[in-house]
Amino acid sequence: MQNLKTKPNIAKPDDVYEALIAAHSGLTKDQSDALNARLILILMNHIGDEVIIREALALAQSSNRDMK
Amino acid sequence: MNPSIEERYPLAFRLYPYQKNADQERSNAVRHPVVVVGGGPIGLATTLDLGLKGIKVLLLDDHEGAGAGSRALCFAKRTLEIASRLGAAEPMIEKGVQWNIGKVFHDDRQIYEFNLQPESGHQFPAFINLQQPYFEKFLYDAIAKAQSSGAPIEIRGKNRVDALTAHADHVVLEVMTPDGPYSVAADWLVACDGARSPIRTMMGLSFDGRVFEDNFLIADVRMNVDFPTERWFWFEPHFKSGDSALLHKQPDGIWRIDFQLGWNIDRKAELEPAKIRSRVDAMLGPNVEYELVWTSIYTFQCRRMEKFRHGRVLFAGDSAHQVSPFGARGANSGIQDVDNLGWKLAMVVKGTANETLLDSYSTERVYAAEENIQNSTRATDFITPKSEISKIFRNAVLDLAEKVPFARPIVNSGRLSLPSIYDGSYLNGADDIQLPRRTRPGSPAADTPLGEEWLLAKLGGQFHILAIDAEVPETLSIASVALSTIMLSSTGNAALRERYLGEAQSAIYLIRPDQHIAARWTRFDEVAIGTALLQATSSPENL
Ligand SMILES: Cc1cc2nc3c(=O)[nH]c(=O)nc-3n(C[C@H](O)[C@H](O)[C@H](O)COP(=O)(O)OP(=O)(O)OC[C@H]3O[C@@H](n4cnc5c(N)ncnc54)[C@H](O)[C@@H]3O)c2cc1C
Repeated sequence: MQNLKTKPNIAKPDDVYEALIAAHSGLTKDQSDALNARLILILMNHIGDEVIIREALALAQSSNRDMK
Repeated sequence: MNPSIEERYPLAFRLYPYQKNADQERSNAVRHPVVVVGGGPIGLATTLDLGLKGIKVLLLDDHEGAGAGSRALCFAKRTLEIASRLGAAEPMIEKGVQWNIGKVFHDDRQIYEFNLQPESGHQFPAFINLQQPYFEKFLYDAIAKAQSSGAPIEIRGKNRVDALTAHADHVVLEVMTPDGPYSVAADWLVACDGARSPIRTMMGLSFDGRVFEDNFLIADVRMNVDFPTERWFWFEPHFKSGDSALLHKQPDGIWRIDFQLGWNIDRKAELEPAKIRSRVDAMLGPNVEYELVWTSIYTFQCRRMEKFRHGRVLFAGDSAHQVSPFGARGANSGIQDVDNLGWKLAMVVKGTANETLLDSYSTERVYAAEENIQNSTRATDFITPKSEISKIFRNAVLDLAEKVPFARPIVNSGRLSLPSIYDGSYLNGADDIQLPRRTRPGSPAADTPLGEEWLLAKLGGQFHILAIDAEVPETLSIASVALSTIMLSSTGNAALRERYLGEAQSAIYLIRPDQHIAARWTRFDEVAIGTALLQATSSPENL
């Protein structure tokens, strides 16, 4: 991993995390899934760099406990 | 008539009625240099290309002309360029419907619009819509014309290939006719017998890939409406006639309508005219009068053979590769197979190239088939998401596309067919990176206006040297291959400069008979051209 930032990069992590959870409050599971999907697409476009996106995908995959 | 040669489908045009031929009277199989099996678009174009090159060619088809029904509709610019080289493009352009605008809807909202209007300075439009039977008939008409000026082409209708024996240097076919069976031998066989290719089965060759678990109802309807000449595609349409829907204009006041029906359906019930009408009515709204011209239900697949050459048998078109129709890559890619194969097979038959040249047909067209399968698979996966999460993402893209531009290029209702660029092909020779990227070795030569004429009309059919702002000998013969030269000046021709020169002072292009660029330089060097020509016509081990 060279391009993806894996060190802390958010100044106020608690605030941002709270905003993420708050965005889902009161949503059904379907609405939450749709929100997450839109959010991922928006952030993916913002990043733009395919190498970084693929590194992020690999990191996410390797952190999935249910996957072997 | 022998019941064993019954028609499997009705004909739109009866073009080559069965006639008993002299071969049938012989006890020994008569040997032909090239036999083409299958008179679909790909077999017809192969026959025409070889015949125009003076190669004796025999086409066998189990019917007597072009089948009726809803199949190919969109024919791409590259196909028209190839048809033009074959002398068949004019009636296609005249009959075809030209279109540029595509609109994409989600539910009841338009989310996206695209314009295919190509850059100016090309003879042919990006696309025309033309029913496949017309496309086949126009190819056949060009064959008839070529025959009357002496092209050595023979077509035998109601000649069905039932068995094949492959030998090292020829194949023997058992052919069934209304007068019973006979045998035909061929030095080379081109199998253009469609996606279910009986020849592939007879040879025990595999055809692997994916079947998409969805059914599509295709309805061609005749109606008198003033809808614009645009491609309209709906995801999850508000009128609920299917999970997706398509409306597209064809010649003769006919419209192509597609509905995505899902996997578990009752095919017979869905094909009831009343049921079809209820779907079409919901889409078109009340008070639109129309007539159902043709209806069918398809499932789609993306698959290909591992190699397209097996000894003396060459596979082309749907027999070699099959794609879902999203992106119109079936017939369009098959016509590029023809373009790639024709000159190579002609050189091998004439003895001016080693038969290993035919392996490059497989290499280059397998590469192209992979590209087409990848594009068609991606479009099909977007249109018919195969998991819950892929549907969630698909709908997220559609929702965002309505509001923000970034999501629009992700919307995929079919990426329309562009010609393959044979990057990395071992036939490619020298490149000079000063010259524009779009005309690099492996690419099809870009068309360019030359006053009242067009560049592509001057290229193809044989190897050419294209010299821009450079002096070259008028005729060249290198390694026994005749080369014709074309000298052009870029003065006052911005398109020529932009597409072929870039910042360079002069350019020399070696162009293959299929109009693909073989090699290029910024100055004339006869020895370098000879090396590139050898490379473009032989296999690497012969160099
Ligand atoms: C709904 C639909 C929409 C499509 N839309 C498009 C589009 O817009 N653009 C596009 O480019 N493509 C499109 N396609 C794909 C296109 O129709 C095919 O790619 C094309 O027909 C392939 O041509 P072919 O000559 O390889 O095979 P075919 O057209 O299948 O021809 C095969 C021929 O071989 C003959 N034959 C078979 N067995 C034997 C035998 N044993 N002996 C003698 N003859 C035999 C058959 O009778 C037939 O004439 C579409 C397909 C479908 C189904």
